[in-house]
Amino acid sequence: MANFLLGRLLQSLVLLLIVSIIGFAVLHLAPGGPLSQFALVPGLSKEDLARIAHEMGLDRPLPVQYWEWLTRLVGGDWGRSYRDNQPVLAVIAGRLPATLELMGAAILISVFVGIWIGVMGAIRSYSLFDMLATVGAMVALSIPTFWFGLIVIYAFSVNLGWLPPGNRMTVGGDGSFLDYLHHLIAPALVLALVEVAIWSRYMRASMLDVINQDFIRTARAKGLPERTVLWHHALRNALLPMIALAGVEIPTLLGGALVTETVFTWPGMGRLLLDSLGYRDYPVIMGILMFSALLALLGNLLADIFAATADPRIRLT
Amino acid sequence: MTTAAALAPLERDLATTGNRAWRRFRRHRLALFGIVAIVLMVLASIVGPWLIPFDQLKIDIRHRFAPPPWGGHLFGTDQLGRDLLVRLLMAGRISLAIGFLAMIVSTAFGTLVGITAGYYGGAIRIVLMRFVDAMLCFPSIFLLLILAAFIQPSVTTITLIIAATSWMEVARVVEAQVRSLRERDFILAAEMIGAPGRYVMFRELLPNAIGPIVVAATLTVARAVLMEAYVSFLGYGIQAPMASWGNMLNNAQQYLGSAPWLAIFPGLMITLSVASFNFVGDGLRDALDARFDVK
Repeated sequence: MANFLLGRLLQSLVLLLIVSIIGFAVLHLAPGGPLSQFALVPGLSKEDLARIAHEMGLDRPLPVQYWEWLTRLVGGDWGRSYRDNQPVLAVIAGRLPATLELMGAAILISVFVGIWIGVMGAIRSYSLFDMLATVGAMVALSIPTFWFGLIVIYAFSVNLGWLPPGNRMTVGGDGSFLDYLHHLIAPALVLALVEVAIWSRYMRASMLDVINQDFIRTARAKGLPERTVLWHHALRNALLPMIALAGVEIPTLLGGALVTETVFTWPGMGRLLLDSLGYRDYPVIMGILMFSALLALLGNLLADIFAATADPRIRLT
Repeated sequence: MTTAAALAPLERDLATTGNRAWRRFRRHRLALFGIVAIVLMVLASIVGPWLIPFDQLKIDIRHRFAPPPWGGHLFGTDQLGRDLLVRLLMAGRISLAIGFLAMIVSTAFGTLVGITAGYYGGAIRIVLMRFVDAMLCFPSIFLLLILAAFIQPSVTTITLIIAATSWMEVARVVEAQVRSLRERDFILAAEMIGAPGRYVMFRELLPNAIGPIVVAATLTVARAVLMEAYVSFLGYGIQAPMASWGNMLNNAQQYLGSAPWLAIFPGLMITLSVASFNFVGDGLRDALDARFDVK
């Protein structure tokens, strides 16, 4: 186990290194570059620009800049935002709770609803319910998240007036838990749609796999009620592969969160990325990229460990 | 002559494989629906704008926000009084073209990476596939947005940017397929008679991996159409006055309460086209993937 962990950790670090090189290269080789924001300031001469570039270290060769950035990052210094000179980590940390709240709610919905649909589909495979679930999942995967968000706002906020059209809480409100929950419902449902579709598909396949195995026939043969056989014996085993899915789905979820946050003016990391792009705030953009990759790798690692502890058949080597 | 004669039974065999695949595909009603929908959408986008008596850029302030189907505007008009149906069809040209072109570029690149990694193995495979893994760590929309924000948007650049962030799945699929084919007798035989690596890769391995590639390519069109919609919706994609389904929704957002049809129709078009390609991809997977291996 220790060996496995060490190996995986090493692998993740290597991946993170490649990720940082890709991110750095993309950001610094793209036209404009970090200096472009200053080029728009009126009254700045070429000399001023050169001085700023020199002060920011942008006139040095790219690999040198990268090395500098990397050593600082390892030391815990993610740089400072160009916009308000706040440390990048603090800026991200300020937006993280909102995004985690949204993602957490969406995961909860998709796990429960997705698993239920998947299990029902597997138990009654090729029934009307199963067919509808299959087609529904494929359609759900084809709906643009932002459009679904707009439709939900139109239906439930504009027309029915049941749900607030955006924001995390009522401005000037009492900030109660119920107020938060009220604001969370619509964006969480919108973000969950795609995930429910994915989870239900994987769950159906996994459950079908398990149902046809010998130990299920044994459980039935010894006279256990069908409900116990399905929801205890079969479900527990069918859930095992889903742990890995939870890890793999993190980048998709983060990407979906960005779009959902935009539609619902949700003050999370996705909106931060969009705002930073507008301001050409390179350190923050790079920070968000690294952070999202870190989250994805961590998710995968945790999923592997959980899967191994939950399933003694998996031997970690 | 002799080779042709020797190949004849094989070709007959391939023909029946093809027939079987077609029969399996035909049974897939959703896939057939998808094909029909795609053909209709492509045709309508190409021919449609000529048949409608409105110009996509004709501004008609007196008839702003005309609800459908008002005075010949079957789908209503937008905030500048432009006919929505014509704009939808013109946008279809752009969005579908980007979808197809991005698919071609990313499939070609992904196949190249996958086949190289799978064929050579060893250090080359490790480097290439680690790069693929690293690219998949980011939410693809993040990379897409960053690239689009810094590069002057046009149909060409948006296509290339989408292709640059969607080739990884193809590479993975092809790599896995090639790695399993690599040890087969016919590859060993080709190498034994001294065929150069390029010949083995593109004449022996590629044709045998074509099933999964076609499936992945179809699903990539769906992805690319969706990705174009995302970046354009967020303002970094296709720019006005050129219409794409994504940027039409960007404008529609502010008029959601007063003119919902501006938001509903473009979204329906995106969903319909993406779903159609997904249906076809799914049908192709059932038809080609399962028993594609030529024994």
